[in-house]
Amino acid sequence: MSLDLFVGALIAGLLLGGFYAAVTVGISISFGILDIVNIAHPAFVILGSYIAYVLNARFGLDPILAGIIALPAFYALGAAIYQVYYVSFEKRGKEALSGLAFFFGLLFITEVLLILAFGVDYRYVQAPYIDRSLGGFLNAGALLPAFVADLPMRMLVPCVMSLLMFGALLVFMRRTFTGRAIMAVAQDQLALRLMAASPVRIKRIAFAISIATAALAGAFLIIIQPVEPSVGREYIGRVFAICVLGGLGSLTGTLVGAMLLGVAESLTATFYGPSWAPAVSFGLLLLTLAFRPAGLMGR
Amino acid sequence: MRSLPFIAILAAVGVVVFFAAHQLHNDYVFFAGYTVLQYVVLATAWNILGGYTGYVNFGSAAFFAVGAYTTVFFHKVYPLPIPLLVVAAAAVAGLVGLGMGYLTLRLRGAFFAIATLALAVVLQTLIVNWDLVGGSRGAYVVRPASIPVFGSYIQYLFAIMLALAVVALATVRAIERSALGYGFATIRDDELAAEASGVPTLKLKLLATALSGAFMGMAGAPFPYYIGFLQPSSVFALDYTVNSIAMPMIGGTSSWVGPLVGALLLGSLQQIATVTISSAVNLLLVGLLLVTFVIVAPNGLIGLVRSAVARKKP
Amino acid sequence: MTAPILEVSGLGKRFGGFTALDGIDLAVAPGERVGLIGPNGSGKSTLVNCICGTLTNESGRVHFDGHDLAGLMTHERTRLGLARSFQLPRPFVSMTVADNIRVPLMYADRARRGAHVAEGEIADHCGELLRLVGLADRARHYPRDLTQVDMRKLELARAMAVEPKLLIADEAMAGLSGSEVNDIVNLLITLNERGVTVVLIEHIMSAVMRFSQRLVVLVTGRKIADGRPDDVIRDPEVERAYLGQ
Repeated sequence: MSLDLFVGALIAGLLLGGFYAAVTVGISISFGILDIVNIAHPAFVILGSYIAYVLNARFGLDPILAGIIALPAFYALGAAIYQVYYVSFEKRGKEALSGLAFFFGLLFITEVLLILAFGVDYRYVQAPYIDRSLGGFLNAGALLPAFVADLPMRMLVPCVMSLLMFGALLVFMRRTFTGRAIMAVAQDQLALRLMAASPVRIKRIAFAISIATAALAGAFLIIIQPVEPSVGREYIGRVFAICVLGGLGSLTGTLVGAMLLGVAESLTATFYGPSWAPAVSFGLLLLTLAFRPAGLMGR
Repeated sequence: MRSLPFIAILAAVGVVVFFAAHQLHNDYVFFAGYTVLQYVVLATAWNILGGYTGYVNFGSAAFFAVGAYTTVFFHKVYPLPIPLLVVAAAAVAGLVGLGMGYLTLRLRGAFFAIATLALAVVLQTLIVNWDLVGGSRGAYVVRPASIPVFGSYIQYLFAIMLALAVVALATVRAIERSALGYGFATIRDDELAAEASGVPTLKLKLLATALSGAFMGMAGAPFPYYIGFLQPSSVFALDYTVNSIAMPMIGGTSSWVGPLVGALLLGSLQQIATVTISSAVNLLLVGLLLVTFVIVAPNGLIGLVRSAVARKKP
Repeated sequence: MTAPILEVSGLGKRFGGFTALDGIDLAVAPGERVGLIGPNGSGKSTLVNCICGTLTNESGRVHFDGHDLAGLMTHERTRLGLARSFQLPRPFVSMTVADNIRVPLMYADRARRGAHVAEGEIADHCGELLRLVGLADRARHYPRDLTQVDMRKLELARAMAVEPKLLIADEAMAGLSGSEVNDIVNLLITLNERGVTVVLIEHIMSAVMRFSQRLVVLVTGRKIADGRPDDVIRDPEVERAYLGQ
């Protein structure tokens, strides 16, 4: 086992982990905080990827810019979905079976619509930095140590942007009234009402935010790898594995979980082959659920 | 009506169906009918866990695949007649269900549902990497040209699936009327209160998971012979999962009639749709129907019928 | 002094950093009528949940009828004869009132007796319980059609169907009118006269005083009084902590 190979896999895993955190943070909010099992989230991420693809292919927009442009639309979509969910299920107390079936149906519908619209070919985006390494991009190859200069931009940029997005959300959750209300809504609806904040409205905002993150996460995804509609399915296990591993209700837990999973997958792919990679996330999920369902930092 | 007369009637209906199909002298009827009956079994099996106890299984395809690959395994190692393969598949799939249940049923329903997804992928990965059963290259299971008594082999397969459907329906109906059925219902309604009333919820949930998984495995056992060439992607397909959820939810989850109605209707619709429109649109329709029914008619078609009947009573 | 039917020793339960129960000791003699009171958040429901196995206590032991309950699941404790009714009624909404009562008869009573119990016997027993609580004319109704007081009667009937040796009634009268409260108290007294030990958790002081032979007071996870109701009421610490509010 060569050290270079190991370190390379480790670094790749960390970069991947940063991106995974961005994909998962939506679930951390909808499932970890709001207790809504939105298994359709990965499908919305793929939707975000396709929107980035269209804006990139048609107008030459940078994919991340495309993701930012798509934010309001995704926010609105999230608000609409929550409204339907609330009126149909939460109010009636039927979240368990019907709610799960609802989101499963959404997952399915989204994926099939994408297949009908775009077919099953892989799509990818073009941007000046995508095929370069850090050293090449900055034209500073000689100034940086080798392992830094060799970092692929297509992994580095999404990772950095993911961490920025994650950080922004953390600040929002801890420093703003709405953010703190969202953290509180899981624990104490009565106290929230006494503060004259409507729990339903807060939850709707939170869910809308969780879907909005999918717009950006999708843009990051299509920078990292070519995308086709069924790619979302691999991510279902990943996001829930990360969420559960990190601990429900803890955003920092999500970050830690994401890094751990990224590294585990990267090491597995490097030393055992990529065909075993899907089993890593799902296997980790099953193990966590079986032995430590509260996760590393959960409440 | 007690169980024994019911089975007899159902079996008689089955025999009639078989001979009616036979009269049409068109093997296509048997091919299409096989698929519909397969869904009857899958939907009924899913409902044991989903409808009766309220625990959603997103990994039906995995149990179906376990049944199919049990057949492939024996085919490569020691060929067995199909009825025995069905029994073997039931045992293996039942054990898998039991194992998964043991790991995850102590947790809330949402975690269980996610775990079933995880299990499906883990199983798929294991099988894709297992060369004995062909792995990702696939496995050929050659269908004999003919078989004594039935003539064409597809008629034999159809008859087996018919028998399985009868057994599945009779079983769930018997459960519904028994103490076990009430126990399942309390788990769905309020697990905490169920425990306080003396219901051993974990034991019952494990039973439901094992039973549900076993039936799904049984539905998968004849499949390799039906299709001739088995690849992981053809059995782990999302179609099976979506349909085994959509059919009971559209038909109605509270009784054995719902999955039957849902499977017959939706299954036939899909057979017609696949030849007239693309299979992707077909799946889109299933998804849309599922979401619509879940929002508008959560008790399914039989629920709608019951409300209509209740409104007519003075 | 006969052996207590329920003995809680040193029971402790924490939620994260918050101590809900801090070393609770409680002994209930067979056939006794014990009242348990305390302000909101004092840990009464947590105590019940720990005794019944819904929650797991971190320290201390619970003995019931000679059995150590540690590690036993709730349904096993129920089958030993330990019943509870829930603060907020939790009926089985998909079945009729009668079936709600049949379930514990099928699962707790029959399981304990071991032998196969005929359907007819269960039906008779069910009918008897319905008449006892006054729900006989509601047998075929569904829980959603019941009034508040009927829901609470159903809740108690379900607990009684377990054929308990001890019943913990958790705020069985909240939100009821004066005469409805009396109905429930009479029901509990009848039950007690049949030999069931009853622990009543309540806020309605008139009911508690009428019903209890012994009064226990819980404040912020600790027992601060345990004795004859008249004495406990006059205890200055109790007045300060609870009645003074």
